[in-house]
Amino acid sequence: MSFARDDVLRTIRRSLGVNGTEASRRAEVDDRLSRAPDGIIPKRSQVDRAERLALFMAQAETGLATVVLVPDAASVPTEAARYLRDSNLPATLRIGDDPRLAAMPWHATTIEVSKGASDGADLNALSHAFGGVAETGTLAMVSGSDNPTTLNFLPDNHLVVVASGDLSGNLEELLQKLRARYGKEKMPRTLNLITGPSRSADIEQTLILGAHGPRKLHIIVVEG
Amino acid sequence: MTVHSTAKAFKRNAARAMQDEKLQRALMHVRTNFIAKRQSAVDRLPEFEALRESARDIKNHTLAHLDLYLERYEAKVTQAGGHVHFARTAEEARATVVDICRRLGAKTVTKGKSMIGEEIGINEALEKAGMKPVETDLGEYIIQLRGEIPSHIIAPAVHLNRDQVEADFRRAHVELDPKRDLSEPTQLLAEARQVLRERFLAADVGITGANFLIAETGTSVIVTNEGNGDLTQTLPKAHIVLASIEKVTPTLEDVCQILRVLARSATGQDMSVYTTFSTGPRRPGDPDGPGEYHVVILDNGRSAMLGTQFQDMLRCIRCGACMNHCPVYHAIGGHAYGWVYPGPMGAVLTPSLIGLGEGGNLPNASTFCGRCEAVCPMKIPLPGMMRHWREREFERHLSPATQRYGLAFWAFFAKRPWLYRPATRVAMWGLALFGRSKGTLSSLPFGAGWTTHRDFPTPQGPTFQARWHGRDKRRDLS
Repeated sequence: MSFARDDVLRTIRRSLGVNGTEASRRAEVDDRLSRAPDGIIPKRSQVDRAERLALFMAQAETGLATVVLVPDAASVPTEAARYLRDSNLPATLRIGDDPRLAAMPWHATTIEVSKGASDGADLNALSHAFGGVAETGTLAMVSGSDNPTTLNFLPDNHLVVVASGDLSGNLEELLQKLRARYGKEKMPRTLNLITGPSRSADIEQTLILGAHGPRKLHIIVVEG
Repeated sequence: MTVHSTAKAFKRNAARAMQDEKLQRALMHVRTNFIAKRQSAVDRLPEFEALRESARDIKNHTLAHLDLYLERYEAKVTQAGGHVHFARTAEEARATVVDICRRLGAKTVTKGKSMIGEEIGINEALEKAGMKPVETDLGEYIIQLRGEIPSHIIAPAVHLNRDQVEADFRRAHVELDPKRDLSEPTQLLAEARQVLRERFLAADVGITGANFLIAETGTSVIVTNEGNGDLTQTLPKAHIVLASIEKVTPTLEDVCQILRVLARSATGQDMSVYTTFSTGPRRPGDPDGPGEYHVVILDNGRSAMLGTQFQDMLRCIRCGACMNHCPVYHAIGGHAYGWVYPGPMGAVLTPSLIGLGEGGNLPNASTFCGRCEAVCPMKIPLPGMMRHWREREFERHLSPATQRYGLAFWAFFAKRPWLYRPATRVAMWGLALFGRSKGTLSSLPFGAGWTTHRDFPTPQGPTFQARWHGRDKRRDLS
């Protein structure tokens, strides 16, 4: 419907009293898009590395996730096994092709690891986050075969590994890292920012966890 | 035309809502929960006021360059392998969506929450085309079962109580054990999760709304708590985004600014559970995600609001804070407003989109207490704009005859002080005389709207002007 497109743009221009070719307007738009200026950044998010970790963990718990700190990547399988056991869950995990996860000593546990996207039949999944945001205790998950998007939503219990070095103070810093990885003006197909387990308050404004996504979110932060 | 409006019958709708005992019970939750949660979130962020100003400035800049940002956004979506479809009217938007679904041979279409979907009446259009639309947001699912429209832009079923939802689920989910226990909200949620899970997995097309369209990257953003929007857009063959022209935002950084005020103003969260950035369809090597990605950008009267006194309304990010804080909304709920958008933002937007003839009653549904403007994260001067609509309504002779003649009668005296002063003196003397036994009046000529519900106090002492005059004299003497 290119008629519709041209018509909408024409009406916008008529209403604004412009014709769309003004050099000064175009320059202003190009400038904003290329500079992408930061606005107001809350003070609480401008913290050094140690504070960032503490803030991330505290905020994630405020968002009703559980958080555990482990000394290195090799400790992740043991922690995942402990979590599943303590939560009375079967020792199964669905994971993607992420090489960081593949390098972990899963054979040292009794967990039955299966690979690939989820078709809805998996009870537990484990993903590796691209990073995290301390300001709000938010995880950043990027789509692809390494960490399929379906793992973030279909399983009942979602375990997420995040390296403490990948934590950012605020969302702006995290998006800068994403630009560095994917290129300027480019994005992964899906970026999921996740703050706590799924919930709804649609019935009498009562907060209940586990609406359509995971009922539980367990974050394993890897130090180092 | 868009979905059917009963905004013309606002007064009758409102009177009925005030008598509805179940509705009044449900509305209590709005008054208590939303306001306290927002305040506590705002108190935790010292920069909140500065962020409101920043968010307002971003939208003002964007609206002034809307044509250019839309062009840039469209180019970026196309670059990422997606398709942008502009729609001038609700009808064009519906046709675009139905065409895509037909081409893909869709039988079921899942839907994340979308106010544009409500505005264009997409469910009805899909049903007419032989497809089955399934709302997946819990509140939207409940009202779809009831054949209702949302009564709140972020809490669509806020007008209902738990027992009503239980009755709806028992009626709709006949395949489940009729003796099951549904006395707790958790059990209702678990049942909806179970029923909708099958629908998610079976859907051919998923439709979501958008909170932002990012010009820099060609990305659409949705903000939810349930995760239904994500299942809706990830599992089917195609993802269709429904958005309106003013959702465009320049950069990722600009979105960060507005996100900081959005969830706090809406639900009192620092950040909603799921904020999802989507850019194009499934890429080579992706094990999941939609094969096609379409964005339908609706105008439906918005472009004509630019450059007028109603341009500021296009900054609205649909957080619902204005209705959460509105004494009129608290009293009558959302359905009485008669169209898609209730509360103060609806009172301003509805006449712009469906005309003053249909929506002219709504700008009068305000006490001008100013709370909506005080809490609006985008600093939209809502009461000022309602006043503009009232002026236009009067100018176009759309207000009721009694009101017009009453005002003309009053104006006749008000413009003639030599007549006004003795006339008010006589009127006050008369009122005081009639009510002298009780000190109140239980009926008044032309005043039934007041006296049906409460007595009118009789005037005490001299008129205001007489007292003011006396005050000047006393000052002169001292």
